[in-house]
Amino acid sequence: MAKQIAITMETIIEQSLPMDEIVDKSLKKTHTIEVNGAKVWYGDFMAIKGIDMMIKPNTVTSFIGPSGCGKSTFLRLFNRMNDYVDGFRMEGKIKVNGRNIYKDKVHVEELRKEIGMVFQKPNPFPKSIFENVAYGLKIQGIKDKKLINDRVEKALRQADLWEDVKDNLKKSALALSGGQQQRLCIARTLAVEPSIILMDEPTSALDPISTSKIEDLIFELKEKYTIVIVTHNMQQASRISDYTAFFYLGNLIEFDKTKNIFTNPKQQQTENYITGRFG
Amino acid sequence: MKLKEKIIEFLLKLCASITILTTIGIIAVLLFESISFFKSVSILEFFSDTQWTPLFSEKHFGILSLLSGTFLTSAIAIAVALPIGLTIAIYLNMYAPKSFRKTLKPFLEILAAIPTVVYGFFALSIVTPFLQTIYPDLETFNSLSAGLVMGIMIIPFISSLSEDALYAVPKSLKEAAFGMGSTRFQTAIKVMVPAASSGIIVSVILAISRAIGETMIVAIAAGQQAQFSLNPTIPTQTITSYIVQVSMGDAPQGSIEYKTIFAAGLTLFLFTFLLNTVSFWIKKKYQEKYE
Amino acid sequence: MNNLQKNRLIDAAFKMVGMLCTLLGILILVILLYNIIRVGYTRVNWDFISSLPSRKPEEAGIYTAIIGTLDLMLLTIIFAIPIGIGAGLYLEEYAKKSRLSTLLEINIANLAGVPSIIYGLLGLGIFVRFFGFGGSILSGALTLSLLILPIIIVATREAIKAVPPSLKEASFALGASKWQTLQKVVLPSSSGGIVTGIILSLSRAIGETAPLIVVGAMAYVPFVPHSLFDTFSVLPMQIFTWTTRPQAGFAIAAGAAIIILLGITFLMNGIAVYLRNKWQNKLQ
Repeated sequence: MAKQIAITMETIIEQSLPMDEIVDKSLKKTHTIEVNGAKVWYGDFMAIKGIDMMIKPNTVTSFIGPSGCGKSTFLRLFNRMNDYVDGFRMEGKIKVNGRNIYKDKVHVEELRKEIGMVFQKPNPFPKSIFENVAYGLKIQGIKDKKLINDRVEKALRQADLWEDVKDNLKKSALALSGGQQQRLCIARTLAVEPSIILMDEPTSALDPISTSKIEDLIFELKEKYTIVIVTHNMQQASRISDYTAFFYLGNLIEFDKTKNIFTNPKQQQTENYITGRFG
Repeated sequence: MKLKEKIIEFLLKLCASITILTTIGIIAVLLFESISFFKSVSILEFFSDTQWTPLFSEKHFGILSLLSGTFLTSAIAIAVALPIGLTIAIYLNMYAPKSFRKTLKPFLEILAAIPTVVYGFFALSIVTPFLQTIYPDLETFNSLSAGLVMGIMIIPFISSLSEDALYAVPKSLKEAAFGMGSTRFQTAIKVMVPAASSGIIVSVILAISRAIGETMIVAIAAGQQAQFSLNPTIPTQTITSYIVQVSMGDAPQGSIEYKTIFAAGLTLFLFTFLLNTVSFWIKKKYQEKYE
Repeated sequence: MNNLQKNRLIDAAFKMVGMLCTLLGILILVILLYNIIRVGYTRVNWDFISSLPSRKPEEAGIYTAIIGTLDLMLLTIIFAIPIGIGAGLYLEEYAKKSRLSTLLEINIANLAGVPSIIYGLLGLGIFVRFFGFGGSILSGALTLSLLILPIIIVATREAIKAVPPSLKEASFALGASKWQTLQKVVLPSSSGGIVTGIILSLSRAIGETAPLIVVGAMAYVPFVPHSLFDTFSVLPMQIFTWTTRPQAGFAIAAGAAIIILLGITFLMNGIAVYLRNKWQNKLQ
């Protein structure tokens, strides 16, 4: 019921947006990620051994696999967060919304406005709730107070947090519970209006109730965003994702509709992993 | 946008490079004047003459007197600070209850925060008269008072660094010793101190470096007569108080008197640099041990 | 007495000795403060603070010394803080682990151990003579700035190190540039530690005498400095000159001046410690 109201209100707000924003949306590129022959080294260690993949728009894709299989590394290729790791080197082509993002001409800061990321441990800034969500807008140089207020509210609604915090926007973000903090981090990412959202084990540090709230949220967000989520929790993957990719030791073993992966895997290793024979 | 980032990085790098410029500046200034000095005075004379009288009409340029003054005052200081500082470190680390330690440490830190000119006043106006009641032959300016007070100033140095060194010793060693029935004293002396020895040695080396570089306490209380002697009851002059003496006078730039402060300063700098470098390498080696 | 009893006795004895040594430290502090206050307290009054120095001990005051100290501190702040924080930022956030960065680190550690009088010689050679600033406040402030720079740099680095890397990650993931991240996330979070370090370094600078003597702080300055290039006097220097005068009246004046200097020093240190505790609790 609450969700219905939220969605309705969202439509109302959207319809009251200024004209050029609506025009912009129609020109938005198709959000896909295309990977060809991706290889990653950290120093001498080869973490990703050659992977091809295509992520379809408006889908939820899960990356599963045992610890150390490279799924987080692979995820972080998409928003170039690996750039900060000593000794990182990559080969291959990665296209986001049609552009090869590892070509020098692509500004990393621009890329991250199209792809957002939510991390395993909630990491809100030690600022107010409002300032956290507004951060991404302010660094883009947006100064229009009304625009910022509107975007902050919209993002908090999308993240299912608005009702909880609307009277306390100036309070410190650190005063929120773990689950609320994670939803705040999601709102922070949404405020920038990316087309793709990456999530690196977003619920592994949360309690079951917060986890299920966020899983519901992911399901809602699918309508407007493309989501790629790394998860250790196979039940989570089977619950929320349309597609699943199984990684092992730096290789992509299998990539298919979630239903197929979990009921009828084609590779023996996949079957071994999901039946718990290792991992 | 990229340009702005590059400019900022450049400005910050400039800030960091000022530290290198400082060191280069120190070496350049000291060397420049010293080289000029050594054109007039032979290095042999500098290191072998036992008289230092550049400000008198009959000039001698033997740094040994200043060195003996520096050495004497520092030795007294360390003789006071080392046993007391180390004992305090062991006591606080192994005996004192946490609350005691918490209330006492700030007082020791206060000792470290007192400006040295205040210690100098204390030495001359209070310690020397007091010592003179015990030993009337003590001269007004002497290295004993100065050394004692310098020692007091250095106690927090040694106690704090040694305590850190003791704290860094793995608990397992302590527990092993206790488990075998050792008393705290035995554990401290036979296990903890040897295990923390490199950290303690570092603290002593740094304390020595601090002592020989100290200026105001000796400038006020130790006197202005360079003497090649180990007698703590007579006035003496250290490298540092000599530099103060000349600076307060009217030595014209370019004169031999002016250059002597740089030659003396260079000697001091080399000693402290050596000590600091040695302590740095010991610290590096011992940090690896417990990583 | 068997071995066990002997060891127990030694242990108890050492505990006594240890406690005495520790209390001795406090005792000496108390003796020092008590005696200085006893000598000087009679002259601590507004007259003393507002009078100029004089050849007559009863009339001598610390006015020029206080003004000189304040001016010097202000200038030192202007020079040392931006450079110190900038250098700390560079070393902690920009400099990759290379031979150069290790060299810079070793160099700073060494500079922290150089005797303050050597900084005086540096100031004399470079600022007073080479740049021609003379024995002025400008030279004094530049010299002191170099002296306290390592302290500020180390404090800045420690404060920045304490900022969790996850916050920087979050900022980068939202599309912020490196400088934006430093400016909006890292510096605000580390400001507590940086301010504490700055206050401690200034409290150290206020008490410095030797380098300023060498640079040419004049011993007898019966006028208030008006420009950057005037000669000057500072509180610790005034204390030094009075201490070395034979007349008993000057000893009293020195004692009074010390009381004021200690008051300022302890106040600053107290504020720094208070801030440090507040900041450390915030991080928990």
